[in-house]
Amino acid sequence: MTDYLIKNGFVYDPILGINGDKVDVAIKDGKMADAGDVTNPTIIDATGMTVMAAGVDVHAHVAGPKVNTGRNFRPEDKLFNGTAGSGIKRMEGGFSVPTVFRTAYLYARMGFGFSMEAAMPPLYARHTHEEIRDTPIIDQGALPVFGNNWFVLEYLKENEIENTAAYIAWLLNQTKGYGIKCVNPGGTESWGWGLNCETVDDVVPYFDVTPRQIVSGLIEANEYLGLPHCMHVHGNGLGEPGNYEITLDTLKIAEGFKPQNDFGRDVVLHNTHLQFHCYGGESYSSKFFESKSKEVVDYINSVDNISYDLGVVTLDETTTMTADGPFEHHLSHMNNLKWANTDVELETGSGVVPFIYNPKTFIAGAQWAVGLECGLFIKDPMRAYITTDAPNAGPLCRYPRVYKWLMSAKARDDMLDNTLKYGDRIRERCYIGELDREISLYELAMMTRAGPAKTLGLGHMFGSLKPGLEGDVAVYPYNPETDTDDPEKIEYAFGNAAYLIKGGKLIVKEGEIVDMGNKRTFWVNATVNDNPMVERDISEKFRRYYTVTQNNYAVEGHHYVPNPYVIEVDATK
Amino acid sequence: MAKIVTDVVCPFCGTLCDDLEVALSDDGEEILEVYNACAIGAAKFLHSQAKDRLTRPRMKQEDGSWKEVTYDEAADYTANLLVDAKKPLMYGWSSTNCTAQSTGSEIGEEVGACMDNTATVCHGSTLIAVQDVGVPSATLGEIANRADRVVFWGCNPAHAHPRHMSRYSIYPRGFFTGKGSKSRKMIVVDPRNTDTAKMADVHVQLEQGRDYELLSAIRVAIRGEKLPDVVAGIPKEQIYEIADTLKSGRFTAIFFGMGVTHSLGKNHNIDIAIMVTRDLNDYTKAAIVAMRGHYNVTGSGQVWGWEFGFPFCLDLTRGFARYNPGDSSSNDLLIRDEVDAVFVLGSDPGAHFPVGSVKKIAKLPSVCIDPHITPTSAVSKLHVPVAFVGVEVGGCAYRMDNVPIETRKVVEPPEGMLTDDEFLQLVLTRVRELKGAA
Amino acid sequence: MAKVILTPTQTPTLFLEAENITPDVFAGKNAAEIAALHGFVGKTTVTLGDYFTVEGAGGQTAADTTVVINGDVSRVKYIGMKMSAGELIVNGNADMYVGGWMTGGRLTVNGDIEAFAGLGMTGGELIVNGNAGNYLGAAYRGDWRGMQGGEIRVSGNAGSDVGTFMRGGTIVVGGNIDVHVGTHMEGGTIIVKGDAKSRVGGQMVKGTIYVYGDIDVMMPGFQYRNDADLEVDGDNGRFALYEGDMGERHPKRKGEVIYGQLYMKY
Ligand code: SF4
Ligand SMILES: [Zn+2]
Repeated sequence: MTDYLIKNGFVYDPILGINGDKVDVAIKDGKMADAGDVTNPTIIDATGMTVMAAGVDVHAHVAGPKVNTGRNFRPEDKLFNGTAGSGIKRMEGGFSVPTVFRTAYLYARMGFGFSMEAAMPPLYARHTHEEIRDTPIIDQGALPVFGNNWFVLEYLKENEIENTAAYIAWLLNQTKGYGIKCVNPGGTESWGWGLNCETVDDVVPYFDVTPRQIVSGLIEANEYLGLPHCMHVHGNGLGEPGNYEITLDTLKIAEGFKPQNDFGRDVVLHNTHLQFHCYGGESYSSKFFESKSKEVVDYINSVDNISYDLGVVTLDETTTMTADGPFEHHLSHMNNLKWANTDVELETGSGVVPFIYNPKTFIAGAQWAVGLECGLFIKDPMRAYITTDAPNAGPLCRYPRVYKWLMSAKARDDMLDNTLKYGDRIRERCYIGELDREISLYELAMMTRAGPAKTLGLGHMFGSLKPGLEGDVAVYPYNPETDTDDPEKIEYAFGNAAYLIKGGKLIVKEGEIVDMGNKRTFWVNATVNDNPMVERDISEKFRRYYTVTQNNYAVEGHHYVPNPYVIEVDATK
Repeated sequence: MAKIVTDVVCPFCGTLCDDLEVALSDDGEEILEVYNACAIGAAKFLHSQAKDRLTRPRMKQEDGSWKEVTYDEAADYTANLLVDAKKPLMYGWSSTNCTAQSTGSEIGEEVGACMDNTATVCHGSTLIAVQDVGVPSATLGEIANRADRVVFWGCNPAHAHPRHMSRYSIYPRGFFTGKGSKSRKMIVVDPRNTDTAKMADVHVQLEQGRDYELLSAIRVAIRGEKLPDVVAGIPKEQIYEIADTLKSGRFTAIFFGMGVTHSLGKNHNIDIAIMVTRDLNDYTKAAIVAMRGHYNVTGSGQVWGWEFGFPFCLDLTRGFARYNPGDSSSNDLLIRDEVDAVFVLGSDPGAHFPVGSVKKIAKLPSVCIDPHITPTSAVSKLHVPVAFVGVEVGGCAYRMDNVPIETRKVVEPPEGMLTDDEFLQLVLTRVRELKGAA
Repeated sequence: MAKVILTPTQTPTLFLEAENITPDVFAGKNAAEIAALHGFVGKTTVTLGDYFTVEGAGGQTAADTTVVINGDVSRVKYIGMKMSAGELIVNGNADMYVGGWMTGGRLTVNGDIEAFAGLGMTGGELIVNGNAGNYLGAAYRGDWRGMQGGEIRVSGNAGSDVGTFMRGGTIVVGGNIDVHVGTHMEGGTIIVKGDAKSRVGGQMVKGTIYVYGDIDVMMPGFQYRNDADLEVDGDNGRFALYEGDMGERHPKRKGEVIYGQLYMKY
């Protein structure tokens, strides 16, 4: 295997405490190494460029049934934007919901090495894995959804943590899943009857359990198992004006829980796309709507066991997709556009609706502001990660644009003054006008690699250039000494990595994709003590209520997960 | 004692039953019996056992006779045909697994083909409608567990999807439907008095070709607006009653089939049926599901979706993917003389396409990859028999509700026979060689 | 105004895709440069010169460029696609996508055209002295934004799915029209001077349709309102106004529900 020495770049690595120093970065046998340890390396000249560990995406919707629904039911999202394959690259298409090839190439060009698919319906796990398999270059994992699963609802009604944990361990193994995702706890099951759970204390019809019990129980089960990642929640009331109180209620459920794991993870709850959960006021009108990002992030700053990602609205025409079935239904009534919904037996649901965040409306601009505020109020950037909840708040390709807004007050002012029609109203109703903070490259490295790696329990592999970690390095054509004059240079540089090395392989060379890498699928194999009760419950449910047999449920076989990376967790003690 | 293989998946229709049991001879080489399947499903398994089965590729000679060739020769012919053509059509892809579909996509991309699947003569209109208005849907188990109103519109599951009603839609005792068929009201909308219609609580026998009008009238009735006295041959009182029945259920499931996808207006019929479902969700819960035909036509649309972004009617000729049924649809391409070679796998257009299209296939250089001798293989220049997916090789298939299920290999294919994916791999390698040489 | 004259020299064996035939692309180019422009037959790349003789030259801009095609181009697709200004005249029949996504200028076809003409059009004039195919002035698949502006005039008959998802602009069909007129229409005007079959204004939210002749089968969601004497496209007459589609959602303006309007001439 070729060794690499990346010389003369400005290096940012918060784990090693390197803040823009010019140090040489070495890769030996596919792993990070001391510069002195490589002999005869290929030299990469990073003079005038920024060097970081490859990016780690904690939450994006890039593979699986609802993503593909988004693709197939939106031909217009691909009109006139297809590109032909060339060299080793396949043809690409799609803007808000790109094809798997474009997704991989986009990630590579943005210098990313890992992406977590944010919601996998267990019954559709095969589909999710087929797409992951066909997405080259990047490593991926997928989070099965648990927050509306009948087993979980029944066990947690009785607060049976051990049984919940045993079921979770079984399901992760069956679906080759990575951790616990919880979307609109209880609400999506209620949606099976056209209803919803609007607060953490609403009771789920028939199952007689509340979102509060579900969130609390899933955190407890997660720590009982000691999984690498924490419980990953999209709470109740997403997108509703006034929902910040529900968000605070949800976050406070984590009080008293301590992380129990061998992976260096410090948090017990990850609140995804916080932007959608920080709304005050009682409607979307500029008279009533207000940002509550400060209130929510203040709370998170006051505790140490919660992380979140931003979900920044990028003001594009995009495609929303979530396991929050009732929310998508609600959205389809707001914009009257096409609406796809799939309720999944015993497990979950989902919806997909195209959406235009129109900068000429107050609310889209305000949402844009709230998302950025979530990134700017954080005290410890190791717990706040930059996402667009792709493609919900904005397409994947917009990450670099979000960095620009976070890193440049000038760029934000330019938006408020020139692009957004209601810039002044937005300054009044949101906090954006008061914030002059500019995220530094050092902080950017925390918010896009070191932090997400740690919260995913992958800090021992990704997020830093520390010797022994995976040889995943991105080099961006951004000179921190001279390129600070124009924020556009940030956006350009972080969308056009000059080099990406992934697992020691040179993937992007001088801006061109030259290798499809050694794509791996990460999943977690948690071992628990025998639990005949849960085993019986599982076979009973399959016999009576599932439409596939239990023997046809598990994702097995080389053609679904051809190159697995299995993280073993022993929860038998 | 016969050996029993359990949890076998039926590779016939979109119902994709996965509870079959197959009894094998002691040596495991022969299928003796198929349990749990319906007659057409069982026949598919037993068919594979035919003694006179074709096991080697064959080329049609000038005099119309067939000459056996090797798989390598067949792959070479196929690769040359695809590379030489300016605009080859690669059609079918519905009766095979996702692995072969994916390999086929790579070939299609390499040779700049138009690629289409059997949706084009079946539920393509559904796919178009979904693109126009979306689709509120659910898995079949969700319907089994919850639905108390079940509508079959323009479909006849008693014949086309024989186990659908017993497994999913009418008879199962689900979690919230413990009384089975007694928990459900069954409505059939069909101009014909089909066997399914005979089982219904309500049979709405509308005028042929007036589905759009009747569905529109139901929307009007759901909103409580005025209706003309009779729509599509149905008196308005009955239309209001239907609307009430659908609204008053806890969970309404609508299934539809070829009776509406290919009658006048095609996609518009599905579009407005979806809108009825959407409207119902303002009052109760409702879901709509297409009765997809071939067992893995759905998978073909999924694979193409994640690779190219479109579920059928792909035009890859320009190097990037384009899509527009009416232009890039196989029948339009054939009738308009827009393609100059035809490749068929996993379908029988010879039996399902209009005569005009079939005549065009017969005139063009053509290859047919199919375990059976079919009307298509009969008009093709090259016929490549392959192993039966779901019997002699496994692989993923997507049920009509998009649930992916791994089909099972039950017996070995005849000695020396390739699977369709193995044959496609040969073609792909040869295509790359030819292109490299060019 | 500078003029470019294209004369077909051969009929494509398959179909020629020629989205480069627009005043926009021709502007600033001489005959040789125009002849060298690419077209596509299946996976092969050809030049316009392979299929046409080219005389004249483009003007400086699209606006001062006129393109004339003298001859049958019924196996040529995408003529005038995305044109924004200037003039394009086809003296012969043309295939699909004539004036697709056009934003301005004037495109005249003295002959018949195939489907998808004026697809997603936002401006300009498309005049067909002949018959048009299906999906005239409709939306591209999946898009809820069909024709949004400009004018389409067809002297003869038109096919099915005319004005699907139409949001603005005007379509005038001099002759008869096939099924599905203005389906999902949410603005704009369609005038049919001949007969319509069925499914006129189905799922219509807003906008106006005039039919001078008969409609075989009315949509059940249209309700008679009143009679009105109107001048429509220069024709005077008495019309019966129907509003609908009552089965569809409708917006409100100042507390009043806005319906789609269907005028039928007596
Ligand atoms: S219903 Fe369809 S899938 Fe089930 S056994 Fe019969 S043919 Fe096979
Ligand atoms: Zn998300």
